[in-house]
Amino acid sequence: MTLTLTNVSQQDVTAVSADSKHLLDVDSLTPEQIHKLRERASEFRQLRASRPFKSDSLRGGSIYTLFFENSTRTRVSFEHAGKALGADVINIAASTSSVSKGESLLNTVLTLDAMGIDALIVRHPHSGSPHFIARHVDAVVINAGDGAHGHPTQALLDVLTLQDHLGNLQGAKLALVGDILYSRVARSDIIAFRKMGVEISIAGPPTLLPQDWAPGENSLGVPDTEVTVHESVEDAIRDADAIMCLRLQLERQTSGLLPDVNEYSRVWGINAQRLALAKPGAPVMHPGPMNEGLEISTDIAHGSLSLVENQVENGVAMRMAVLEHYCGPTREIL
Amino acid sequence: MSQQSRPVVIRNGRVIDPSQGVDTFGDVVLVDGVVHGIESLGATQLPDGWSEFDASGMIVAPGFIDLHTHLRTPGQEWKEDPKTASDAAVHGGFTTICAMPNTYPAQDNASVVGELMLRCASESAVRVRPIGAITKERKGDELAPMHELADAGVVGFSDDGDPVMSPHLMRQALNYSTDLDLPIINHAEDRGLVAEWDMNEGVVASHLGLRGIPNSAESMMIARDIELARITIGRLHIPHVSTGESVELIRRAKSESIKVTAEVTPHHLALTERWVYGENGNVPDVLTENAYDTLAKMAPPLRTEKDRQAVIEALVDGTIDAIGTDHAPHAATDKVCTFTEAANGIIGLETALSLACGIAGIDISLAIERLTCGPRTILGDDSIGTLKPGAKADVAIIDLQGDWVVESSTLGSKSHNTPLLGKSVLSRVAATFVGGVKVWDATGDGAKDA
Repeated sequence: MTLTLTNVSQQDVTAVSADSKHLLDVDSLTPEQIHKLRERASEFRQLRASRPFKSDSLRGGSIYTLFFENSTRTRVSFEHAGKALGADVINIAASTSSVSKGESLLNTVLTLDAMGIDALIVRHPHSGSPHFIARHVDAVVINAGDGAHGHPTQALLDVLTLQDHLGNLQGAKLALVGDILYSRVARSDIIAFRKMGVEISIAGPPTLLPQDWAPGENSLGVPDTEVTVHESVEDAIRDADAIMCLRLQLERQTSGLLPDVNEYSRVWGINAQRLALAKPGAPVMHPGPMNEGLEISTDIAHGSLSLVENQVENGVAMRMAVLEHYCGPTREIL
Repeated sequence: MSQQSRPVVIRNGRVIDPSQGVDTFGDVVLVDGVVHGIESLGATQLPDGWSEFDASGMIVAPGFIDLHTHLRTPGQEWKEDPKTASDAAVHGGFTTICAMPNTYPAQDNASVVGELMLRCASESAVRVRPIGAITKERKGDELAPMHELADAGVVGFSDDGDPVMSPHLMRQALNYSTDLDLPIINHAEDRGLVAEWDMNEGVVASHLGLRGIPNSAESMMIARDIELARITIGRLHIPHVSTGESVELIRRAKSESIKVTAEVTPHHLALTERWVYGENGNVPDVLTENAYDTLAKMAPPLRTEKDRQAVIEALVDGTIDAIGTDHAPHAATDKVCTFTEAANGIIGLETALSLACGIAGIDISLAIERLTCGPRTILGDDSIGTLKPGAKADVAIIDLQGDWVVESSTLGSKSHNTPLLGKSVLSRVAATFVGGVKVWDATGDGAKDA
């Protein structure tokens, strides 16, 4: 095909095969695939309840976690999930690798790939780094969080957590509150929950929302990203079936995007008074780590409506389902 | 270039020379390194010792002039050197290129400029016109010796790659430009608004989680510079205009007779921010590993379709005077990395015509005007960019419908950073003459000795 005016700069969205070897983001998964991963994760969660649980479905497989950012729950839960399935899991922190000698990301991943690994679980501060790595390695690439872009396993465990709580996601209303602009959790959650038929209401400081968004209907320009932006957190929460409270990244204040963290808490923080606007019994989720007393009040964070610990527990189970699907011989389960 | 050439007749082409309002079928005769004239020789037997080029079905135009080439010499010769830049230029029909001064060391004094010109004289087949730095070491702190640079032959001043952030310094530079009658070319990007960014601010950046820079970072700086040109009566040239708001400001300034000229890159005419998706400008419903295409990263960034239409309209109505390539060679390692790490810029000399005409659909007569007349007027050099008798015998021969594949193996540039790499495009330059000497011939059998 020769590139000419007729086949360049079209305004249409083109379909690309969703059957991806890698998990770069949740956009590559169909709703049916998300359902199956969720069901499989539920099974793993039950199996894990009868400890000790150990499977050998990934025996002999080698899984590397390569983290260029600090992490507790994501890295540990991937390690836990891989080991529970019998894989050899090797953790590499960029700070203790040759990256600290100036080795490029490309050469780092090529070096690991040459060791014959099955999967590379990557966290990196730059959006799109898993896509870049996937272009160059044979291993399966699993995105464990890339910059402000995506965090697919977080979105999948959030779907699992909320579906378990609500029983049905179709037509449910989720309020997504806080820093959307710099949040990879927000982007992946929007896509995953929209695929599940969830209506999404958004509120946050105007400095932390995409600059092309305004109150009303918005999207990320592709299917499954439609959201409603509200002018106040109260409007977003009103009659919601659930609330996802996003982490306030405190460095945003030093960069001038927030006048004051106390003001943030006053205007956008999730507290009992605001939660009362939601439907009775509506749960609160948070991807962690939490700034308690800031974006979420302590009584809510640890109260009966908090699903934060469920999210963490589901994190291990969902990552088992993900690793089994993307790395295991039972890929056909989906 | 100095070698004595045999007379040449370029036969049977459609000759388009906007400098004379010529669009006719004829034969272009080049003798002793200058244009002899445009004639109708028919089947006349050529004298012994003459050579001919059969341009049947092709367009014969004055050699193109690029106001905006990053030569990378001295200091970054692994990206480009005068020989490879020259190869890239002739592949694209360019016979004169203006070398941007963001070299190491910068082109901020006569000896650095003189050294570069010496190298170009022996290594480059095309004419190289140096642009001097506005400020010492391009740091934006104090003016470079502009008179000294002018005496050394610079054709304008720029800190391109970096803006002159200080309005005070910019004002003084424009003051000097009135004495020197040379343009001040300010990279219009207000770093006070956004210091670090990846791509255009908008829906694609929001989707990809990349840091955006809004149109206003460009138009705010252009608005400032226009006001400074107004009070200094200085000569302002605005490089790589990328937004609709910028176009409006320039249009108004021209209507008020402020001395402002402007250029647009071929890629801003042809491509949009959607090329960052890595799917030929389409929006994929699922991001693949092609996404975050670093070959679509440049400063200013690719903008929206609305902006693209605005710069095309401005090129058509004359608000934008010239097409400047912003040829920005980078080594593979500068682009084979994350999007955020990647260097800004793409090569542009070899793909200019294909982007402007093949993809953007710019009328060929207009494209030639903006690649020859526009730049020559800004440079104030009557000897180039024209086929008038006595002008330099610099000629580009164009196969408008000819398709070619942009391949690493055939690119003249030392660097291959273009989003068109591996793709088939329309509009190729079939041959190029500089000073009457054929320096590029893609036709294989195009040259015949009489």
